[in-house]
Amino acid sequence: MLKRVHFPTSALPYLLVAPQIIITLIFFIWPASQAVYQSFLIEDAFGLSSEFVWFENFQILFEDSQYLETFWRTILFSAAVAVLSMGSALILAAFADRVVRGATTYRTLLIWPYAVAPVLAGALWVFMFNPTLGIFPYILEFIGIDWNHYLNGGQAMTLVIFAAAWKQIAYNFLFYLAAMQSIPRSLIEAAAIDGAGPVRRFWDHIFPLISPTTFFLLVINAVYAFFDTFGIIHAVTQGGPANSTTILVYKVFNDGFVGLDLGGSAAQSVILMILVIAMTVVQFRYVERKVEY
Amino acid sequence: MVENRRILGIFSHLVLILGVIMVALPIWITFVASTHDAVRMTQAPIPMLPGGHFWDNFKQTLFGAGLSGSEGAPVWRMLLNSMAMALMIALGKIAISLLSAFAIVYFKFPFRMGFFWMIFITLMLPVEVRILPTFEVVANLGMLNSYWGLSIPLIASATATFMFRQVFLTIPDEMLESARIDGAGPLRFFWDILIPLSRTNIAALFVILFIYGWNQYLWPLLITTDTDMTTIVMSIKQMLEAAEQSPQWNIIMMTALLAMIPPVFVVVGMQRLFVQGLTETDK
Repeated sequence: MLKRVHFPTSALPYLLVAPQIIITLIFFIWPASQAVYQSFLIEDAFGLSSEFVWFENFQILFEDSQYLETFWRTILFSAAVAVLSMGSALILAAFADRVVRGATTYRTLLIWPYAVAPVLAGALWVFMFNPTLGIFPYILEFIGIDWNHYLNGGQAMTLVIFAAAWKQIAYNFLFYLAAMQSIPRSLIEAAAIDGAGPVRRFWDHIFPLISPTTFFLLVINAVYAFFDTFGIIHAVTQGGPANSTTILVYKVFNDGFVGLDLGGSAAQSVILMILVIAMTVVQFRYVERKVEY
Repeated sequence: MVENRRILGIFSHLVLILGVIMVALPIWITFVASTHDAVRMTQAPIPMLPGGHFWDNFKQTLFGAGLSGSEGAPVWRMLLNSMAMALMIALGKIAISLLSAFAIVYFKFPFRMGFFWMIFITLMLPVEVRILPTFEVVANLGMLNSYWGLSIPLIASATATFMFRQVFLTIPDEMLESARIDGAGPLRFFWDILIPLSRTNIAALFVILFIYGWNQYLWPLLITTDTDMTTIVMSIKQMLEAAEQSPQWNIIMMTALLAMIPPVFVVVGMQRLFVQGLTETDK
């Protein structure tokens, strides 16, 4: 943590940490504590006075069937995004780990979607699935599927899941490939000598050995799906049709900035904070228990 | 690999090529759309092969009014705003994190751990969960519609501080001892020894943070009401809305292309640093 040899105490270290601490206090800790404080208040209809109500905002939220639906929808959305993008990344990484020649070329060709902003990913997918022009509705028509994500909630959800998962494949692929390449060759060779074929080797050796990476990616993907996908939802569906793609982050924004329900929005923020804290703690516990080969 | 199976080798390449095609398809369609004229882009099915209007669309998007009928800022202006925001966020984060990591590793002073935990907390408070109150703070400080408002609230970063702390801890103590014997003060040591030694880490982090800054969406959306301050990434949403009335997909897709070129270029061009930065900051 601290160097054995260090500089003598003076005013200097305080000056050095000052910029970061000041910014943290003004833009992180103060707003967060404001959110916590506001979550205990209910304002009257004109915003003139507010009343301290303890946990009433939370109580209202948990009795609100719409909020609970949003909660489960967010879980479903995150799970779908994580499974889809981690699954494809795992398959691609397993094959990229096999090929001797060209592994780096494939890596270059697969990683760049990481740089695409979520909202742009949304724009690309909404264009491909545009009901009148898009290429996919045109193809889907041949097999009898009438695609219109502006009207069909399930289709809208499918679209945002695809867009969100597509963007995240690059990240998952990089971590899976790195994990697989760090497995000692001798281990895999020993399994091959014992007569295990490529599929058997993957499920019995490689997959268990990279399980810490899977776990780590699960947390990262959950955080991504919970928060970073705001842009996709906002640009593609605005939470609709009929709230079918409203996830928690979108609801905080919508209730706060559009609905101007400050107490309710703040209470939702607090719940989100608790979720992030939980995920961060899980992530850090993982870091301490790295698997040794 | 372990054994030589020709068929499996070919199969692997096939799967990978299929994967690359799947990943690249949205970009290909975007590129194709940006090379046709507006009329062609209203006829279904849309083309799958490039047309001859790339430069026309490029010029109209970048220097012309962009989307006709919209009152937004010209696209070159938005690109400039995005660049300014991304650079300020990336450089700002690196600068303040270097300083605080230096203080925490090389000095022993009261409240050292308190400061460390205060920085750690920022990890748990992404902008999305504290939007309303942070917006109020920025509004009260009069920082709406300014580059400061766009960048400073996003600048505190626990990950960067942790990474530099990690880097500094691997630097041998003898460095500091010999520097002190040679009469170097703390700032001299920081500037002449620590910074040069962590140069590649700084570069790797810069790649990641530049992309992070460039791709910001919710925050610029909230605090810029002046069209002169819009960033390219947030303009896509307005264009999609406009597309419902007058679909000019060639221009929209050209704008999308322009918005993703700088960060994609950074990732592909600095791939080694990018991979290093990604694995270091997240673990």
